[in-house]
Amino acid sequence: MTSPAPRSLPARLVALLTHPVTAIAAIALVVAAGQILDQGFWVTLATRAAILGLAALSLGFILGQGGLVSFGHAAPFGIGAYVVLIAGEAGVRDVLVLLPLAFLGSALFALPTGALALRTRGVYFIMITLAFAQMGYFVFSALSAYGGDDGMSIAGRATLLGARVFRSDGALAWLSIAVLAAASLFLHRTVGARFGHVLRAARDNEARTAALGFSVFRTRLAATMIAAGIAGLAGALMAEQTGFVSPSLMNWHRSGELIVMVVLGGSRRLSGAVLGAIVVVLVEEFLGEATEYWKFGLGLLILAVVATRVVDLPRLLGRRA
Amino acid sequence: MSVTLLLVQILNGLQFGVILFLVAAGLTLVFGVMDFVNLAHGVQYMIGAYLTATAVAATGSFGLGLLIGLAAALGLGLVMEFVLFRHLTRRDHLEQVLATFGVILVATDGVKMIFGPAPIALSVPEAFSGSIALMPGLLYPVWRLVVIASGLFVAFLLWFLITRTRIGMLVRAGSTHPEMVSALGVDIDRLFLFVFAFGAMLAGFSGAMAGPILSVEPHMGDTVLILAFVVIVIGGIGSVRGALVASLIVGLVDTLGRAFATDLLRLVVDRSSAAQAGPAIASMAIYLFMAAVLIFKPSGLFTGERATWTK
Repeated sequence: MTSPAPRSLPARLVALLTHPVTAIAAIALVVAAGQILDQGFWVTLATRAAILGLAALSLGFILGQGGLVSFGHAAPFGIGAYVVLIAGEAGVRDVLVLLPLAFLGSALFALPTGALALRTRGVYFIMITLAFAQMGYFVFSALSAYGGDDGMSIAGRATLLGARVFRSDGALAWLSIAVLAAASLFLHRTVGARFGHVLRAARDNEARTAALGFSVFRTRLAATMIAAGIAGLAGALMAEQTGFVSPSLMNWHRSGELIVMVVLGGSRRLSGAVLGAIVVVLVEEFLGEATEYWKFGLGLLILAVVATRVVDLPRLLGRRA
Repeated sequence: MSVTLLLVQILNGLQFGVILFLVAAGLTLVFGVMDFVNLAHGVQYMIGAYLTATAVAATGSFGLGLLIGLAAALGLGLVMEFVLFRHLTRRDHLEQVLATFGVILVATDGVKMIFGPAPIALSVPEAFSGSIALMPGLLYPVWRLVVIASGLFVAFLLWFLITRTRIGMLVRAGSTHPEMVSALGVDIDRLFLFVFAFGAMLAGFSGAMAGPILSVEPHMGDTVLILAFVVIVIGGIGSVRGALVASLIVGLVDTLGRAFATDLLRLVVDRSSAAQAGPAIASMAIYLFMAAVLIFKPSGLFTGERATWTK
């Protein structure tokens, strides 16, 4: 990535495009432009991209850095949303309480399920994470006090120290971007720290890492909990944005879409996930406008990416580096 | 909780377990032999139901329709393996997950475009409609008994194929030592093709049998797929015997849990909290069972017997 030799223009462009700040700055620019030109739709769309980008970023952290292909990341996402709903019903609506609560709730879900899933490898891990996420889906579907299958509207937008600043979509957009930027910074620091090195080492060679005296299991579990917590933040923000929480937030298709975002953006780079999320949100929005079968198009896009190697996945995944 | 009700629920659980077995058997063979994560297996189940329903409507006969549906499911399995999945078997799991997820999106929306999102009709064949009295006061639908019987027959057929035939021997060998089998002059690609298409046909058969009981709709494969995963995790990857035992357990635990959890809870807590917690606990039951298996046997109940029945 940091070659001192002079680079060609396309290489510079790619480097600029994949720079961690670029995707977040682009979302922020769209929000700013939307506010200035009074285009509410732009603000909503950008907020959605920021929120899904946050969720994809957290999945990219364990998938790319840890090599843990979790097919259940919709579960912590949905739990974060339900924390907002349930806390709202209990009268707690301050964002300074809600966000830490959502983080904690999702991370606590990942403690037992992650500990069990991490006992296994490969195909098993994929199936078990999917199964646990589906368990969450069915449990929330059965909670009739909180809307059951149909879901429920949240009590109202969050407040900040009692002030109702988030009644405007713009304020919520900036909050989402701030959380995304903070999480991005935090994960970049984590990846660069010793913890991140151990995580990557375990991905590349588990036995050697263990032989060096590191606890692979504990490192991975901690990473899984951090990722789940951040996905919980994303879910909480999603609940705030749509004002509605239902089990469909944690449908297993969302887990799949989050994986798609991570891989589209290139999973070995943290920032790729946000970029991938932007692409998927745009596909959803503009294809969804043309036809209700937009997932057909998304499916074809995925197949094209994987099958034809138009985009060389192994290279994108950074195996050459 | 009368004895009759309990018996009916046990039969329902067996019938559900049999459906799960038909799906999980194909899936576990593909996992075991090809080390391939096929998320699209649920889609093959769904498409099997649609193909059969269409063929039954066109021919007016359930038997003929089922045969055409099975042949079409087999053909589709062959085409899908040849066009797409063949190229994925030697790539990593992430790419397999991604590609088969893409197939799910395309197939689900494709079916919605052709047949619409609403369920379509697939009725029980005339000869098996109605109920019979299994014992005084216990009427049970004949079709559900047929489903149970056909599942047990398929289990027997698989046992015979895997342990008593040459192709079964190759499947067993291919699941543990693919390179060696290949070096001995067996066309491993053709073996994979056979296993995959056979699994697709089993899934299609399962969809056709479940069609008259559940509804034939585009998302019918989703639930079954994930439960089949649970079955495979419990039974052990590649073990057909594990899949049989685990799917019957999962079918029974899930059905009995949903039927009796609220009543059982009422013995311990008051009525309203039992009504609240009962369904939630019932829906967790099989996953908790899976978690328990994982704690004591992380690689499933029937490990070390990849794609085999007997050691």
